[in-house]
Amino acid sequence: MDLYQANILDHYKHPHYHGKLVRPSAEGLAANLSCGDSLQIAIKVNKDKLVDAAFQGEGCVLSQATASILLTEAVGKELKEIASWDKQKIIDLLKVQIGPTRLQCALLSLDALQSAIKKL
Amino acid sequence: MLNVEKIRADFPFFLQKKNGQSWAFLDNAASTQKLEAVLHVMDNLYRTHFANIHRGVYDIAEAATQDFEETRNLVAKFINASQPEEIIFTKNTTEALNALAYTLGFNLKAGDEVVLSEMEHHANLVPWQQACQRTGAILKFIPVTPEFRLNLNNLDKIISSKTKVVSVVVTSNVLGTTNKVELIIAQARKVGALVILDGAQSVPHQPTDVQKLDCDFLAFSAHKIYGPTGVGVLYGKRKLLENLSPFLTGGHMIDTVEYQNTTWGPIPAKFEAGTPAIAEVVGFGEVIKYFNKIGWQNILAHEFDLTNYSLKKLQAIKGLKLFGPRDSQHRCPVFTFSIEGLHAHDLASILNDEGVAVRAGHHCTQPLHRKFGLIATTRASCTIYNTKDDINRLVDGIKKAQKILG
Repeated sequence: MDLYQANILDHYKHPHYHGKLVRPSAEGLAANLSCGDSLQIAIKVNKDKLVDAAFQGEGCVLSQATASILLTEAVGKELKEIASWDKQKIIDLLKVQIGPTRLQCALLSLDALQSAIKKL
Repeated sequence: MLNVEKIRADFPFFLQKKNGQSWAFLDNAASTQKLEAVLHVMDNLYRTHFANIHRGVYDIAEAATQDFEETRNLVAKFINASQPEEIIFTKNTTEALNALAYTLGFNLKAGDEVVLSEMEHHANLVPWQQACQRTGAILKFIPVTPEFRLNLNNLDKIISSKTKVVSVVVTSNVLGTTNKVELIIAQARKVGALVILDGAQSVPHQPTDVQKLDCDFLAFSAHKIYGPTGVGVLYGKRKLLENLSPFLTGGHMIDTVEYQNTTWGPIPAKFEAGTPAIAEVVGFGEVIKYFNKIGWQNILAHEFDLTNYSLKKLQAIKGLKLFGPRDSQHRCPVFTFSIEGLHAHDLASILNDEGVAVRAGHHCTQPLHRKFGLIATTRASCTIYNTKDDINRLVDGIKKAQKILG
């Protein structure tokens, strides 16, 4: 297993969709109870589509890089589709094998994103 | 001096390899690997003379009962309890502490005070919060200094005539600090408060003498000392145990049961309702025999040596911040640290690839982490079977992680 592939490290060091949004449509928060990390995602929605997003929060390489990769995939997609994504989607996006404990780190951003969508 | 190679041969875990090497297992504060003798005795019991204890009159039931009670005798001697009935078997330290917080909670009333330290494991914090919330008692804390030791200077201000219970950890599972509990007990004695010691991390690393300490209760777990899971020990002074209400009720703990009322049996049965972890308790007896064979002097010398070496090696790493005492006095070989620019989970993952097992997270001490402005840290915790080579592999792994993620 090599979790720290170039692609993941790239997203960690140069994250996409990182920061704040001006007047977001909704915000979602998720926390990893085992280490205390938390992640916040703000979204902007137009006609059932995610048109912009931004994440903030402290965390490990995996949680931060996944947030960047996930939002890159999600922006432009329909909300219905995003709401249907599960852990398999994250595994497919990351293209690495992850044990159950670290999977929690990777799933943090999906939790935050889907909880933002629920608040719309 | 301890022959560590010989010790490692007593733990079958080290037979397996990762990348051609046995594991550098440095997560012993969470749980330890198991002795071959423990596994053998449990297996043998299940295969040849397993039966429920304290009931059957047939040979095998009596043999199982005898083996079970033999561990009680061994544990009583191990911590120098004055009699075996003062040893209660629980599920783990957490259950033992919950039992006390629940049952001593009956005697707490609004305005009473319960004193803990700021370095408690959640297991010795949350049950007392619950007891205080139920009764209106007030929770107070002995503070931790910036040097990661307890500040015992103003003890008489914290432990006062209002204090009913003082429950403190002997050795911190995060800082490695071993507290001068004698001073805390002395102050508690002055005001007539009960004293409970959380010995989960200290009992495996230093001799414990409950009579000399004069504590009222002590809790620890078998699985942190090379024994099986599912076995905890609650020591209590006979008089106190006899006067306390039970925590769990049901089978075995009774004297007379009627449809409407029940009277309690004698200790220790009163606190051991239901079928216990029979094979596990019997297996735990082998741990005590092992300690008696190796001898504390050898264990203390080995772990002191390992502490000195680890402190020197770890503190030489650039960007490493140790979350615990920097000197090797009054501490156990538990090293919690953060590394600038490296998240604990990432470090633990990279160390895993190198066959180095450490723990990442808040280690069940969220308030303590918050106090020092930390979220997640990495912890390497050593015990009897660890070597300087394990520490070298940890240090090399940290440097590799810094290279990959720096």
